[in-house]
Amino acid sequence: MLWEVEIQTRPEGLDREAQGVLSQCQALGLSSIRNVRSARSFLVQGDVDRSQAERLGRGLLADLVVETLQVRPLPSTGTSTADGQLFNVLLKPGVTDNVAATVLPALRDAGYSVDAVRSCQKYWFNVDADPAELKRVSSKVIANDAIQQVLPGALSITSLDVGSDYGFRKITVPMAAMTDADLTRLSKEGQLYLSLREMQTIQSYFREQGRDPTDAELETVAQTWSEHCSHKTLRGRVHYRDEARDIQFENLLKETVFAATAEIRERLGADDWCVSVFRDNAGVVRFDETQNVCMKVETHNHPSALEPYGGANTGLGGVIRDPLGTGLGARPICNTDVFCFAPPDVADKDLPPGVLHPRVVTRGVVSGVRDYGNRMGIPTVNGAVFFDERYLGNPLVYCGNVAMIPVGMESKHVSPGEYIVAVGGRTGRDGIHGATFSSAELTQESETLSGGAVQIGNAITEKMVLDVILQARDLGLFTAITDCGAGGFSSAVGEMGEETGAEVWLERAPLKYDGLSYTEIWISEAQERMVLSVTEDKMAEFEQLCQAEGVEATIIGKFTDTKRLVLKYQGQEVGNVAMEFLHEGRPPVVRNAEYAPPADVTLSLPARNRCDDDLLRILGSLNVCSKEWIIRQYDFEVQAGSVVKPLVGAKNDGPSDAAVIRPNLDSSRGLVVANGMNPRFGDFDPYWMAASAIDEAVRNCVAVGADPSRIAILDNFCWGNTERPETLGSLVRAALACRDVAVAYGTPFISGKDSLNNEFSYQDAAGHRRTVAIPASLLVSALGQIPNVTDAVTMDFKDAGNLLFLVGQTHDELGGSHFALVNGLAGGRVPRVDLGKAPRIFAAVSQAISAGLIRSCHDLSEGGLAAALAEMAFAGDLGAEIDLRVMGARCGLEEDLTLLFSESNTRFVIEVTQAAAARVRELFAGLPLAELGTVSALPRLVVRGMTNATRIDVGIADLKNAWKAPLDWN
Amino acid sequence: MAAPRVLVLRAPGTNCDVETAWIFDRCGGQADRVHLYRLLESPELLRDYQILCIPGGFSYGDDVGAGVIFGAQLRSHLADVIGEFLTEDKLALGICNGFQVLMKSRILPGGGEAWPPKAEEPADATLTWNVNGRYTCRWVKMTVPENPSVFLRGITEIELPMAHAEGRIAVASDEVLARWRTRRQIALAYDPNDNPNGSVAHIAGLCDPTGRVLGLMPHPERFIQATQHPQWTRRRETHDPAGEGAGVKLFRNAVEYFG
Repeated sequence: MLWEVEIQTRPEGLDREAQGVLSQCQALGLSSIRNVRSARSFLVQGDVDRSQAERLGRGLLADLVVETLQVRPLPSTGTSTADGQLFNVLLKPGVTDNVAATVLPALRDAGYSVDAVRSCQKYWFNVDADPAELKRVSSKVIANDAIQQVLPGALSITSLDVGSDYGFRKITVPMAAMTDADLTRLSKEGQLYLSLREMQTIQSYFREQGRDPTDAELETVAQTWSEHCSHKTLRGRVHYRDEARDIQFENLLKETVFAATAEIRERLGADDWCVSVFRDNAGVVRFDETQNVCMKVETHNHPSALEPYGGANTGLGGVIRDPLGTGLGARPICNTDVFCFAPPDVADKDLPPGVLHPRVVTRGVVSGVRDYGNRMGIPTVNGAVFFDERYLGNPLVYCGNVAMIPVGMESKHVSPGEYIVAVGGRTGRDGIHGATFSSAELTQESETLSGGAVQIGNAITEKMVLDVILQARDLGLFTAITDCGAGGFSSAVGEMGEETGAEVWLERAPLKYDGLSYTEIWISEAQERMVLSVTEDKMAEFEQLCQAEGVEATIIGKFTDTKRLVLKYQGQEVGNVAMEFLHEGRPPVVRNAEYAPPADVTLSLPARNRCDDDLLRILGSLNVCSKEWIIRQYDFEVQAGSVVKPLVGAKNDGPSDAAVIRPNLDSSRGLVVANGMNPRFGDFDPYWMAASAIDEAVRNCVAVGADPSRIAILDNFCWGNTERPETLGSLVRAALACRDVAVAYGTPFISGKDSLNNEFSYQDAAGHRRTVAIPASLLVSALGQIPNVTDAVTMDFKDAGNLLFLVGQTHDELGGSHFALVNGLAGGRVPRVDLGKAPRIFAAVSQAISAGLIRSCHDLSEGGLAAALAEMAFAGDLGAEIDLRVMGARCGLEEDLTLLFSESNTRFVIEVTQAAAARVRELFAGLPLAELGTVSALPRLVVRGMTNATRIDVGIADLKNAWKAPLDWN
Repeated sequence: MAAPRVLVLRAPGTNCDVETAWIFDRCGGQADRVHLYRLLESPELLRDYQILCIPGGFSYGDDVGAGVIFGAQLRSHLADVIGEFLTEDKLALGICNGFQVLMKSRILPGGGEAWPPKAEEPADATLTWNVNGRYTCRWVKMTVPENPSVFLRGITEIELPMAHAEGRIAVASDEVLARWRTRRQIALAYDPNDNPNGSVAHIAGLCDPTGRVLGLMPHPERFIQATQHPQWTRRRETHDPAGEGAGVKLFRNAVEYFG
């Protein structure tokens, strides 16, 4: 029998789901939809009669205090629309149904003879709703075609069976005789996304072997050689030319980002605190005598464009597996997330075909990160959101994870004879071609073409895997571990067995359902899987441990000494490739990169008497405004290590510069996490954009008390199509800055990632093909350390009467500033950094903080001095009296607008008691320090300019309201 | 007197067990983090413990409703040992998801005298979705009405962080509230002017009539060090940043009950 157990909120209760749908309909202007009701339902198949179906509904599925229950047999014949027009939303067969996966064993455990369950969401709309509008609701609001199906009317489902029988058939790809045109077609149609030269290399390899490749072999090579897995462009040969330089790189990354780290480590000598960098899944640095700390930041842009919830969900799930798969496994302690979206006020009619509305993307991404991070019990402590029209078809989702690893467990070693063990989630048809898909450009057809690359995660499965792995690590039950990310088993086993060789028995992999071919098993990117190397004598104990926690662990092969990757299915060989060919056989990518600086354009300042309105508009701009709506959906307290929270101040709502956490409750040594990014500067000069991003990440850390000599940084390049020399040129220019600034600051890069081809192509109404490339987007994440967390400071004003100082030099740098943005001004000079002075400023701020001389400290970023003062004031529920004359005299600038809104780097506002002022002045001797004024009890920000005229005089409540309004969503 | 033994019971998706066990240990207890599967295998294990604590997290993903499946497991497979535990002079604490488990299993609000619950009598109170419809992480101020809870002895008001989506107490009828009031079971109440989730009568925590079982939505284990307070940098002069947080008292009370 098949039953539907339908659960509705009691009529007097609050139907949140329906309310949400209704308000989204209103936002879309669907005025014929006036009434929405919702229900959740469970489809239960098994040897169950009506009274049992009702009992299981009452006993387990419904909460009868607030809900009502209805049970009906399926298929349902009712066609009445008296209740309204009904739509049922189900996950497509094969898409992970977490709720069903929990309910099925729970029902069996309660003694019901159930063989399948699916979850379903139901909506009723008013009977007279317009059919065309309902059609839009069903595709835009209540479901996403990439993973869900909408069934109108009474449910006519007769069975929940999925999967099918699989008859083994070895498939070879007749490559030997292919022409170049054939090879190009094969690459594209097979979603391999390889270049012709790469296809030719594969062709000749197999010609030498005297045979054609199997489909699995071809997929393995495509995955290993994908941009996503091999970073071939950034590791490739690049010839770069700009206005002053002509450089031939043999390996771009090695000669820029990696080189900076190597130089810093050499300079530090015996004091080198890097432990394992650019080698493993995450970069590892020293923390204290017993523990090291590692960090990784990843992107999940293309999946998030198609299915924001699932894309972000699995993005975070994936990056958590990186530290877990680093060394012998690290314990995750916090997450970070940075998103780039199009502005949420885009009119629906202006959306290109195939593009989700930015509001839908924003909500989906935030929910996806929330549901994974919170369920994993990992606090999300830091993040940022940037808005720019160019992220419309191609949003960016960066997810980061920080984890602790005991000293001595940072390396791993596979030996021949050890078992290859798959641990965690089962393998399904989900995520096929994720690695190759993420390396391609998005188009309006991507949704249909690559639907399989979109997945839903299951955080509880990953949490169970995490619990088991950390115990097994401490018991010494495995010798190596890595995560199954892009490329699935193919990537994980291929990497682990690179030095030895491996033989895989594909039919052994546990499957979610029948019907997968050997190739699908091999390349599926199903989530929540780790691959371990376990010696024969530890296997029984490892299996026992897994069983005790309900985690599935399966031997799927053995590491060998053949230096070959051998794939078998039911004893028959379906793949046999030399590891060397896989990992070293790819022809190098050779690219040209060019950069021509844009012509200097002078920024003409508008005439102003008062700047109140400029400040309010900057505070209310999307990049600056409060992100509280997002932050409070994340658990930033779990694990009990919170020291400086994302929101701080008298009312817990001011914007913190960085997070401080205590990773071990027994110790007062802390970690500091921050980020820096400013895509707007990239339009002026990617070199200074990158330099500014590093400066911002570092100064955020320093502002809360981090020791500047112990800050590690991570790079994340998201760019457009780098086959265009000018696009690659802007990336090279940013990479050059990464090298110069990291070396000057002594902040080593420890890990990085790139995501290229972030472009979206579509046909506009006139039939023209249009391509939107994202702005050059370099995220720099910083991982700092603070010797004693009780020294940390926050950015909120503390006490009236305290003195305020500006630290750092202000220049005429309004290019790319938020003042320019809100006033629509072009041109200007973009902020630079002073490589000599900046490290000295950071050191002085740090010294003053650890000496307890600073009561509050805030870095200056978007909106410059004015925005920083406003934020400090409303966060502290206090005002300030500011006089710009000392500052103006010190930096030789006359113009108040420049003093207030320039976004020059390496600057802070610090609050100091009268008693501490002399010592602070001493500490900053020889460094730029200017007295600004005092904190006042009067709740207003009052600023007088160079002529002593009042430039700003606004109540802090108005400042805060302007800052809170834009993203205060329901 | 030997340190009381604390069973910190974790299920798939539990995620506050480590810090909860840490603070019990710090207060002089002896905490073991035990997997539910192990207790299901050997229910008699519970007899070795004086304190049962179900910590926060997302047991079974909250997939059917927060705490529902964990609660069902306790009710259907461990009814005997739990009944024994509740009638003895022992303590039980449920924090956040643990409170949800205590409610869905129906260990709360009745405690030992109402255990095991009768299947034909539906629950008359529940923890359900926050009025704002979403997961919310923030600090809350609470008062402690007069009640017999062992955990809350000596506490009249307390600030703690909460982080939940399904933390709103709802009741089937006003009689339920009246009964809780008569029996002094409302253990913690949010500031009436700042009720974070719409909970009826601003309830943040409930105890059983004996005061030996407590469930609360906010997290006392997340305020065990002064630096966890959101305003610790604003009150250095009055609150030593190296000191402990107000949440410690609940755990110390529990341990000292056996002292």
